Amino acid sequence: MSRDSILHTFVVAGALCVVCSVLVSAAAVGLRPKQEANKILDKRKNIIAVAELDDPNKSIDDIFAERIESKIIDLETGEYVDESVVDPMEYDQVEASKDPARSVDIPSREDIAGIGRREKYSFVYVVSGEDGSPEQYVLPVNGKGLWSTLYGFLSLDSDGKTIRGLTFYQHGETPGLGGEVDNPNWKAQWPGKKAFGPEGEIQIEVLKGKVVEADPKSQYQIDGLSGATITAKGVSQLVRFWLGDNGFGPFLDKHLHEGSES
Amino acid sequence: MADKPKDVLFNPLFNNNPIALQVLGICSALAVTTKLSTSVVMALAVTFTLVCSNAAVSLIRKQIPGSIRIIVQMTIIASLVILVDQTLKAFAYDISKQMSVFVGLIITNCIVMGRAEAFAMKNSVGLSMLDGLGNAMGYNIILIGVGFFRELFGSGTLFGMTVLPLAKNGGWYQANGLMLLSPSAFFIIGIFIWLIRAWKPAQVEQEN
Repeated sequence: MSRDSILHTFVVAGALCVVCSVLVSAAAVGLRPKQEANKILDKRKNIIAVAELDDPNKSIDDIFAERIESKIIDLETGEYVDESVVDPMEYDQVEASKDPARSVDIPSREDIAGIGRREKYSFVYVVSGEDGSPEQYVLPVNGKGLWSTLYGFLSLDSDGKTIRGLTFYQHGETPGLGGEVDNPNWKAQWPGKKAFGPEGEIQIEVLKGKVVEADPKSQYQIDGLSGATITAKGVSQLVRFWLGDNGFGPFLDKHLHEGSES
Repeated sequence: MADKPKDVLFNPLFNNNPIALQVLGICSALAVTTKLSTSVVMALAVTFTLVCSNAAVSLIRKQIPGSIRIIVQMTIIASLVILVDQTLKAFAYDISKQMSVFVGLIITNCIVMGRAEAFAMKNSVGLSMLDGLGNAMGYNIILIGVGFFRELFGSGTLFGMTVLPLAKNGGWYQANGLMLLSPSAFFIIGIFIWLIRAWKPAQVEQEN
């Protein structure tokens, strides 16, 4: 059989395809459990980081099991959803946000985070304090930066007004410029800032430039990122979006803001 | 073409460097070199891919029909790259997250296919592996060199450890933001090429 005959060409091509596809599928299937475990661990690590529960003596999974409860809410009504409707063990929120059947369109005028669609159901991670009562609420947030969609977690105090932390677990911003959203020094400004003003209006904002401490508004303000105006603005907008009526607004009104007044 | 194993291995380092002389594979040299850690992982990934693809192509070189040889090489390379990508996702999740699509883009790295077509199709398995290793090393030297300078001057760190304390964190070093943008890799590669050609004037192209 000559090397360049049609039959030989088909045989070589067929054999190569079989060998390569076996290799690739073996790797994909064999490594999938480990990859999935990595993804979940990474998410939990970030939730624990934003809630400042890090404890070098305990494993991530232990801390998570002890202090954090994963719940699902209906974003539109703000009510908790029963496990029979959406199972927290199975729910993939990022995937749901892209599925037309499980998400809603956001009118472009209100879509300040630039995400287009928003999932109907969202996780809320309730962090309990030492005494067992809810202490913080960790909310998954996302929105457009300059190059990419940023995915992260925003932690709110149980008073529903004070921010306890913000962290991003996935983004593709320029390292050193927009990527500085990961800089611990920058992130350290968030805890303690007020998200809402006295009237309940959203006030939190990432400035362009530095916060002036003497300004009475400084309790609502975060330093900008130099060289990353668009990323900083994106972060500002996405936080405001998710705290607003299209995001967790209804949930916060029902469960946190009323409770804190009584 | 050099046929002595030693030449095959060491020529690509400086005499015939794939980036500096052949100017191949510079796309990835821009993308992943903002940090040293990603540069090193990229270097390892390319080394693995290049050695294995050269070995595989050389192994079946007598069977590959001329009419589909490019697509055969491509299939082998793509399979290897997917293997690398999956392995990174399973065992080095943080790094693979930072490198995102650029691991997958090794498939289109001109060096890998260039060596398969130019060398592995004509030489024995052993020599082809040496050639893959040598070319990977030539690529790695540049990649890690570029990563070293970009991270040091762009972020003041090496492997994430502070070397030059940054002004914004209370130190004295004002970070050079240009180093973090892609064009700086061109400048650094340009300087490398200049240095290598000053050292080995034979590489300077003749003017027409």
